[in-house]
Order: sequence, then structure tokens, then C-alpha cells
Amino acid sequence: MRERVIEIRPDDHVSGSPNAPVTLVEYGDYECPHCGAAFPIVENIRRRLGDRLQFVYRHFPLTQSHPHAEHAAEIAEAAGERGAFWAMHETLFANQSALDDVSLVAYAQSVGVDPQWAAEALAAGTFAPRVREQFMSGVRNGVNGTPTFFINGRRFDYSLNERVLLATLEDAALANSSS
Amino acid sequence: MIARTPLTGNADPSPTGPLGPGTVAPDFSLPSGPNSTLQLSTLRGRPVILVFYPADWSPVCGDELALFNELLDEFRRYDAELLGISVDGIWCHQAYRDARHLAFPLLADFEPKGAVARAYGVYRDQDGTAERALFVLDTGGVIRWSYVSPVGVNPGADGILSALEALPAPTGASQ
Repeated sequence: MRERVIEIRPDDHVSGSPNAPVTLVEYGDYECPHCGAAFPIVENIRRRLGDRLQFVYRHFPLTQSHPHAEHAAEIAEAAGERGAFWAMHETLFANQSALDDVSLVAYAQSVGVDPQWAAEALAAGTFAPRVREQFMSGVRNGVNGTPTFFINGRRFDYSLNERVLLATLEDAALANSSS
Repeated sequence: MIARTPLTGNADPSPTGPLGPGTVAPDFSLPSGPNSTLQLSTLRGRPVILVFYPADWSPVCGDELALFNELLDEFRRYDAELLGISVDGIWCHQAYRDARHLAFPLLADFEPKGAVARAYGVYRDQDGTAERALFVLDTGGVIRWSYVSPVGVNPGADGILSALEALPAPTGASQ
């Protein structure tokens, strides 16, 4: 389908330099095993590219297949509100088999977020609209499953492999730096 | 056995490619479960999304249908009905719907095999399955958008939503 430019939004979770020549956007689901498998690959790539990479993570929970994915995304947003998004992001991918509400609230506490506030936010669905907005942005950008990656706005349609992803990012960084 | 309604409409009876915009969608009646059939023309008055896919249980189909399942509320905003169609039989469909919690009908284009897919120009003779094809029908049963994706590529839902947005607003709609 047609090619798109993905704009970074003010409420996006962004790591790395805003001046980086290459931007990697991931649409993911904390309960999806493929996203779990992608997590260490993305972490390695973030380390290897350093300041040359800007990484953005957006939620794409497939709630009918993954009953805990929605609340997991919401607790990550809650943590983000308290400046602990990336710590929570890592914790959730490290604990994909224990994403029930009790565990999620415990993880909130472990990353320094008031557990009672986090539990109330989950119960009230405080962050559900933000998760849905990210999900729908994914749908409109052509996300068709999880994880889906975009490199400088272009969908990465190959099966995930560290070497190929790294090479594609390097190429994109080079193309952007020389243009 | 279930009586099959003859295919109607102004479409070529054996089109060589997917039916395009402006074509009256061929009517059909297909089993939607062990004791139920669904006739397309009974849905007149509402937009219809037809999702042809190669097979229950295949990895890409699973992702595609899971995504559409997630978007049923969005499709309902347009009052649209989503129908999945493959050559799998009703028992296979039933097991698949249950396993994946799919909340929309899966129709069995099973006997004569692939007849509806052929009528829409999206049957793959070499594989004996439907193409991975999408059709959006307006409230009058006319095709307004169609798209055939490479069999291995999940088309996503963006095209469907854009097509629904482009339909004329129904008169007397609540929004």
C-alpha cells in the first residue's frame, strides 16, 4: 500500500537523539511472543547505533488474542506519566508470562510508581484512550500485525533478524546523512 | 443439504480478475455455521466488507483476521458488516472461530468449492483456495473498493477504513 511518513508526536515514547539520522518506530504488544523475541534484538541495536538512532515505541495490543495486552499497555503509559516508561517497557517484556493485573501493579511499584495510583488508573481505564489512539494510528499507518517496524517512515516487511534490521538501519542512516 | 441461491448481478459469470468498483456484488448464500446460512442480499442497507482469505489456521490469515476482529467496533461506526470467506468447511471454521475468539461470521465457500471466490474473480486455481482479497460494498450492494494482496502479505485494515470513509453517508444516520 502507499508509503507514509510517520510523524513523531509529543506524547510518543522516544529514546535516543532527536537529531539521529534514522528513526525506528515499533508498534508492539507486550503479550505477543514475536514482540518478546524482538525485544533483545531492538535493545542490541539501540546499543550498537547509539546516538545515530531514535527509537519510538507505540502500543498495538491485539486484545482478542492477548487478554492481558491492553492493561499491560496501559500500565506502561501510567509509568510513562511518572517518567518510568522505559523501565516498565523492559519489565513487561521480561515477564511476558505474568501480565495479570496483580503482577502489573507489582511491576509499577518495582519501577518506582505508586502502586495504588497505578491500580486505580488501570481500573478506571485512565490511559485506555491513549493506547487506543496509538493503536488506531498504527492501523492507519498500515500496521498489520505485531511487531511492525517503520524505518524513517517506511514499513520494514522482512522477518525480524538482527543482522538484516541493523543493515537496513545503517543504510537508512547513511542515505539520510548524505542527502 | 442447503439450497444455494443462484448468483445474480451484472457481473461476468467467470471474471478473470477481481471485480472492481461499480460492479454489483454477485449475490450468494453460504453456510455460516452447522445450522445457518447467510445470504449477502439480506444485508442490503448496510455496507459490507468481504474478506476472502486462503485458509483457516495459516499464519498470515490468523494475523489478518485477528486485526479485523480487533477493529469490529470501528467498522460498526459505519454500520458495516464484516464477513470472512474461505474454502474451508463449517466445522473447520467453527473450531477456528472458537480458538481465535473471532466475533464475525466465517462463511464456507466449500461446495461447490470456491464458487463464490470465482464469481468475484479471486480464486487461485493452482492452489485451490481464494486469494487474499478485500471488497467493500455500499448499502446498495455495489462494490466500491477491492484489493488483492500478495498471498503472503497481510493487507492491514487501512484500505478498508478509507473505503468506508469514502462511502456516501447513509440518510437518517445517527451520526
